[in-house]
Amino acid sequence: MPQILDRARARVLEGGAGLDQAEILEILRLPDEDLPELLQLAHDVRMKWCGPEVEVEGIVSLKTGGCPEDCHFCSQSGLFASPVRAVWLDIPSLVKAAEQTAATGATEFCIVAAVRGPDQRLMDQMREGVKAIKEAVDIQVAASLGMLTQEQVDDLVDMGVHRYNHNLETCESYFPNVVTTHSWEERWSTLKMVRESGMEVCCGGILGLGETVEQRAEFAAQLAELDPHEVPLNFLNPRPGTPLGDRPVVEGKDALRAIAAFRLAMPRTILRYAGGREITLGDLGTREGLLGGINAVIVGNYLTTLGRPATADLELLQDLKMPVKSLSATF
Amino acid sequence: MATYCDRCGLAAAEGDHTACAAARELEPPRFCPACRRRMKVQVVPTGWTATCVEHGVLTS
Repeated sequence: MPQILDRARARVLEGGAGLDQAEILEILRLPDEDLPELLQLAHDVRMKWCGPEVEVEGIVSLKTGGCPEDCHFCSQSGLFASPVRAVWLDIPSLVKAAEQTAATGATEFCIVAAVRGPDQRLMDQMREGVKAIKEAVDIQVAASLGMLTQEQVDDLVDMGVHRYNHNLETCESYFPNVVTTHSWEERWSTLKMVRESGMEVCCGGILGLGETVEQRAEFAAQLAELDPHEVPLNFLNPRPGTPLGDRPVVEGKDALRAIAAFRLAMPRTILRYAGGREITLGDLGTREGLLGGINAVIVGNYLTTLGRPATADLELLQDLKMPVKSLSATF
Repeated sequence: MATYCDRCGLAAAEGDHTACAAARELEPPRFCPACRRRMKVQVVPTGWTATCVEHGVLTS
């Protein structure tokens, strides 16, 4: 057995402490023949420190497209020749989406907007939308609205938003290759305000943006330092018209190695399968990831692309004897 | 038969749209198949709607 796996077993599985950046890099460099053992260890860590429950979430785009930022992976930037047009979701449709999400057994519903940060119109729409959802359906509401001011953080808390997503997307050293219209530090600043507000912090990113394996380890270590409640792990789904539209997708074994590495870096976090898993790993990969460190999924469609039917994921969870986390367990 | 590919917006009868068809399994349509206008598309957890200003609404 590779020495790094012995160390990880002692430190992470038995001690509950995450690996450091150098150790994460060793994990990411493990050869394919060690992958089954690595995934088993990551799964054991998840089971010991998080339990068998899987948190299920649905997401919806409240404001799509027309974003002024230039995140090179995103089809919603108004700066690229993407076919995605700007569109707003009305409140009745937002509530209906929340109801459909809750009907799958999901406990989380995340409202997302493609913006640098929310303006007053968006904040007003959020206040009305969150109120209408809470009156109609029993589900936790999360939000992802870009960079916030302190006043907006306070407003979201007042609305009853319990978790805020703001992805760092990639490590600090690679971020300028992916986004030039704002900085990694600006994102960190919003995350700090969210943490101090009492809202749960949801922060992850996308693998396959062109980062090196060393930078992937750097990213995992930086997320571990942030210590988010949840880490959504996306894999690049190259979008037509974006600067990263021609990039290859992450190779399946590299994706699984990364899942395990992120779990060993953050043994107690909610590690969520997010966008891109279908094209990177296919149906079988979803199973392997859930047996390799993942303990949360986004079910159904994403913001501008489609996912597996929620029923397929729920049947898989049943097959794996992994109960869906109940709403009472989220308080 | 559609006049235009609803993924790339090019003429459906010209070129190879096999990759577009494969990608469409995990994407909603973006271009109106009748006039190639870009449609307003709203994806929700359980489906999508795509609206062409001239030819109306398509749903999943």
